[in-house]
Amino acid sequence: MTAAATSRASTPATRPGHFETLRLDGVSRSFGGQAALADLDLTIRRGEFIALLGPSGCGKSTALNCLAGLLPLTRGSIWQDETRLDVLPPERRGFGMVFQNYALFPHLPVRKNIAFGLQMRRVPRAEIRRRVDEALRLVHLEEHAGKLPGQLSGGQQQRVAIARAVVLEPSLVLMDEPLSNLDAKLRLEMRTEIRRLHQSLGLTTVYVTHDQEEALSLADRLVVLRAGRVQQIGTPEELHTEPANWHVADFMGYRNLLPVRAGARQGAGITVEIEGQELTGTPVGDPAPGSEVIAGIRPEDLRIGPAGSTGVPATVEVVEYQGREVAVEARTDGGIPLNLRAVDRPAVGDRITVTVEPRRLLVFPADAR
Amino acid sequence: MTAINAATGGARPALRHRLAERGIDRQLLLLIPAALFVLILFIYPFLYGVGLSFQPTEGGALGAYREFFTDAYLRDTILTTLQLSLPAALLNVLASVPIAYRMRGRFRGKRLLTTLLVVPITLGTVLTAQGLLNFLGPTGWFNRTLLSSGLADAPVRLTNNYWGVFFSLVITGFPFAFLLVLSYLSGIDPTLERAAATLGAGRWQRFRRITLPLLAPGLATTFCLTFVLAFSVFPSAVLVGDPSGTTRVMSIAAYDAAYVRYDYPLASAVAVLMGVVELLVIAAVLGWRALLYTGSTAGGKG
Repeated sequence: MTAAATSRASTPATRPGHFETLRLDGVSRSFGGQAALADLDLTIRRGEFIALLGPSGCGKSTALNCLAGLLPLTRGSIWQDETRLDVLPPERRGFGMVFQNYALFPHLPVRKNIAFGLQMRRVPRAEIRRRVDEALRLVHLEEHAGKLPGQLSGGQQQRVAIARAVVLEPSLVLMDEPLSNLDAKLRLEMRTEIRRLHQSLGLTTVYVTHDQEEALSLADRLVVLRAGRVQQIGTPEELHTEPANWHVADFMGYRNLLPVRAGARQGAGITVEIEGQELTGTPVGDPAPGSEVIAGIRPEDLRIGPAGSTGVPATVEVVEYQGREVAVEARTDGGIPLNLRAVDRPAVGDRITVTVEPRRLLVFPADAR
Repeated sequence: MTAINAATGGARPALRHRLAERGIDRQLLLLIPAALFVLILFIYPFLYGVGLSFQPTEGGALGAYREFFTDAYLRDTILTTLQLSLPAALLNVLASVPIAYRMRGRFRGKRLLTTLLVVPITLGTVLTAQGLLNFLGPTGWFNRTLLSSGLADAPVRLTNNYWGVFFSLVITGFPFAFLLVLSYLSGIDPTLERAAATLGAGRWQRFRRITLPLLAPGLATTFCLTFVLAFSVFPSAVLVGDPSGTTRVMSIAAYDAAYVRYDYPLASAVAVLMGVVELLVIAAVLGWRALLYTGSTAGGKG
């Protein structure tokens, strides 16, 4: 252990040790006066898996590139424990990065692609061989070591890119939508693979994605971005059940976001009126009684009530088979579309009554940003 | 079952389909005009010239070639031409790389700068030669500046000799080389260098280990093209060179043979030899290129 530590210390600043916390302090980046990322504050603890989540153009890739050193900051600073990082060029930060298009060196065989970073750090030849072999075994590519990247499938290229980043035992691994170029089946497999590597190698990972399902399943903590600003930071459970505003809710799968008017407060709840029916919901972020609000409900929280029960009447318009259950789009008499799930398959044109539990109906202020 | 097979003849598909599968169909007829054009205006005159070179008035079939290689005044033109065209082509390619490397990204004024660099192509050799004579000649601006600033006692001779032709070849050849290198460089995925940076490679290592190996095949091609342009130099060798001495290139020898001595077989032989020398150089460069990685320059699946 001490021997390993001294051999590491002997290689110069290109190999910063592993940190306890990495702190982003008001990190901002603008392009031509347009803020792509504004005031990102985030503290990453060692061993965490952080997902940056948001629609395209939300600033998540900008944040990652700032972290990697590929984009200079406009304002703010990045601290690795007590060392200031944002003034260092990318080659001296010691982070590993997996690019969306993998960015494998097309003229180098797989083995040399993986060895590249080690060679740059002047690791002795025998150790390079040993560590590359280990990395190849880790991503199950032993028999492809001599091939050029162009001879590999998309999934294999992806594994090379990951091996190339983790072979350096980086203090932080950055992943920029690494699964977006893979087909659906491979995407699920690689997702598990990435989580497995993160755990078994004890990595600290920052992962950028626009896929909320991917982010929820992989990350310990999520950072939801919109228009360059942080909307919410929290665990998957927190974001799933308590989105901070209706934009986050939209991203977290609240497909029913209905613009309505708030009624009176009722204890901890608040009433809203939908199609003449008064429903009770849970307020988020203090919506004022009588103001314009947005009522958010997940499709799986809307139920088809028994005939004659109290609820919002609607007509079934579209039914999609989804395995265990069906996804139904129904339209209320007032023309509001509702997305819901049902176990029994209704027929198109059926009249149904839609109900919701009060704690599953979230009421957001309409202008929340 | 057997009946059906018999009825359709166990039949092979129709001839037309089988041909179409190999790319032979009526659209091929569209090639005829171009093929005729090449045949009449290039292949026939070329073969005619080759044939002519083997029919000298005296000395048998190889007489013209024997004359070329025994007459030092003719034979030395090969060396003279190579001495001009190889360094000029090399300089053009090497000078284009750093400039194109700096200019591959997007920045303000890129179009203006590219246009300025490419202007010499549109000027033509004659105008370039006149400019060179005015600028670098014994009473040109360059020498006047040297003399008045006291850097030189006598005018430096830079025209009507080797250097005049060399400068002319660089001025006219550089834009070609630059445009080609710029387009090859723009074809290399910029994320590759970013990836190399995150792996710890500094600026020079990124260029040396990633960009240069991917660019090298393009440099070889660029070198071949600028070399061919420089090799067949004629106007500037006459206008700013020393056409009877140090810049007597092969094209001047061919011109002399044809229009001064009216020895068409010898002129044709010189022309054929020009082609042979060019092909040898190109074969050497392309042979080296074949050893390099020449595949995709993208970093993965788009």
